[in-house]
Amino acid sequence: MTVDRVAGLALGLIGLVAVVESRAFPLGSLHRPGPAFTPMLLALLLILCGAAVFAMGAGGRRLAEVGWHEWRHAVAIFGACAFAAWGLERLGYRLTMAAVVAFLLLVVERKGWALGLGLTVAVPWGSFYLFDTLLHVPLPRGPFGL
Amino acid sequence: MLETFQNLGLGFSVALAPGVLWYGFIGCLVGTLVGVLPGVGPLAGISLLLPVTYGLDATRALVMLAGIYYGAMYGGSTTSILMRIPGEAASVMTCIDGYAMARKGRAGPALTIAAVGSYVAGTVSVIALMFLAPPLAAFALRFGPPEYFSLLLLGLLVLAYMNTGSMLRGLAMAALGLLLGMIGIDQMSGYFRFAYGVTELGDGIGVVPVAVGLFGLAEILLTAGQEQPPDVIRPRLRDLLPSRQELREAHLPIWRGTGLGFLIGIIPGSAHVISTFVSYALERKVSKRPEEFGKGAVAGVAGPESANNAATSGAFVPMLALGVPGAPVAALLLAAMMVHGVTPGPLLIQQDPRLFWGFIASMYVGNVILLILNLPLVGLFVNVLRVPYPVLYPIVLVCSILGVYAVNRSLVDVWIMLAMGVLGYVLRKLDFETAPIVLGLVLAPMMELSLRQSLAMSAGNYAIFVTRPISVVLLALGLVLVVLALRPLLSRTLDWRSRLAVDT
Repeated sequence: MTVDRVAGLALGLIGLVAVVESRAFPLGSLHRPGPAFTPMLLALLLILCGAAVFAMGAGGRRLAEVGWHEWRHAVAIFGACAFAAWGLERLGYRLTMAAVVAFLLLVVERKGWALGLGLTVAVPWGSFYLFDTLLHVPLPRGPFGL
Repeated sequence: MLETFQNLGLGFSVALAPGVLWYGFIGCLVGTLVGVLPGVGPLAGISLLLPVTYGLDATRALVMLAGIYYGAMYGGSTTSILMRIPGEAASVMTCIDGYAMARKGRAGPALTIAAVGSYVAGTVSVIALMFLAPPLAAFALRFGPPEYFSLLLLGLLVLAYMNTGSMLRGLAMAALGLLLGMIGIDQMSGYFRFAYGVTELGDGIGVVPVAVGLFGLAEILLTAGQEQPPDVIRPRLRDLLPSRQELREAHLPIWRGTGLGFLIGIIPGSAHVISTFVSYALERKVSKRPEEFGKGAVAGVAGPESANNAATSGAFVPMLALGVPGAPVAALLLAAMMVHGVTPGPLLIQQDPRLFWGFIASMYVGNVILLILNLPLVGLFVNVLRVPYPVLYPIVLVCSILGVYAVNRSLVDVWIMLAMGVLGYVLRKLDFETAPIVLGLVLAPMMELSLRQSLAMSAGNYAIFVTRPISVVLLALGLVLVVLALRPLLSRTLDWRSRLAVDT
């Protein structure tokens, strides 16, 4: 399976989902379009593009040739970001970001304790001071006002 | 003419006020750092720093954000020349001959030529912007919904056509962006579309989380796991001066790059990236020694760098005069203007002349600041690159999450950024360009509204798009692009875009 074939299929699938979901709203008519008209049109365009990418993608690069060697790092970083999204308003900005920085530097990148702990404190507290205190961009606080 | 100079005087009185000048300087400095750091391009940089401007008035905020934009354009050349890493996409062409010059011991002259070329291009194109934007804005008052729809459609077709890959792939990405732009409340009927009960999606998906996800987070996901950073070549201050021969070789490419870049930048939808590709191809074509390209040709640095900066100013023309973003970064600046209560478009010059002319004058000042910043401080900027990426990216990541959250204080935005990061990662792996998604997202509500308003005006008659002169000309141009894109497919010949490809 080539990259273009996979991409074409994925685009077509997204378009198909959009077509199905657009049916929840009035389509209107060609001369008086309703709220589903443009999404339906764009979904059909996406399906068309997907089909064309699929049809012309027989001779392209194979999916197996795409290197995914950094996937472990990518998953770890994504996990850290997801934790940040979950914790930001529960644990507060500083505690959440401290956990994220500590995890990335000490666990994922295996940096030294001094550097890891130093940045774990400096980055969240420093950025909080800059944005929240100096620039008055309100950031969430967690337990004990942290 | 006299009126323009009077207005420019007003602009300089705004831009040279200490408060505004300071924020312009900060913008240029931060922008240069943003350009120097691989992976944090102008899009991500502006997105990250947008919340910082919330406490400022509109003029200071815009001057600072514009400073970040062209500072990033300048800064991108430093890593390209010294490390062969493009700090942002428009610096890719500078890598080829800039790095080759650096390897030959001419890093300093390469940096100087890039900085001087950028300065000349920046200044000349601001003059062009100053004279072009007001008449264009006056002309744009004749634009109704059909003209806007045709212009936006043309913009998307240009973006897809100028895509470094195939037009089809570009169009698919633009369609995906447009589809994402359909999320939220329909402006004509009030229906809440594709929101699945998430009230935060009422205003649609924000451009900031999408841009930071697709460009910032995706870059981190791609780069963080890679081994060994490349060597950094460190030029000394006294080695910066180019020889007389090098200056002669740079002279004409700078002027050609300036003209070409500005023209390409004006076209809505075309990115400044393509201006560097076209400039490089042009210089190679007109050169008496084309075999030197790729081995350290001065014109290979001077042309693309000038084109890149001229296109940056060119992209402001449709943004300021028509309220139509010509490129993803312009879309972000447009969003920033709206956040600060400024409505961009033809009436901006009349309604808010201090902001408009202050912004223009700040671009002159910004170019001087950047010339002063870039050459003597190159050693300092290079030192930033010595921070190992595994230490740098957690800090960038924290700033990304903070920047996205702070725009609306919304966790939904952070989740959108994450989803877009994964999408951008996969798309980049599959060689798809992600910039059309951002532009599609911004243009979608404008396009849909202008289409439906046009049909309401004509009682559902689509002939309205071909019976109005401006609209029909814009649509005809779009048709020409589609035919040009299909031509190689039908005649089985390569078109000019394929010939731009160079061995890197």
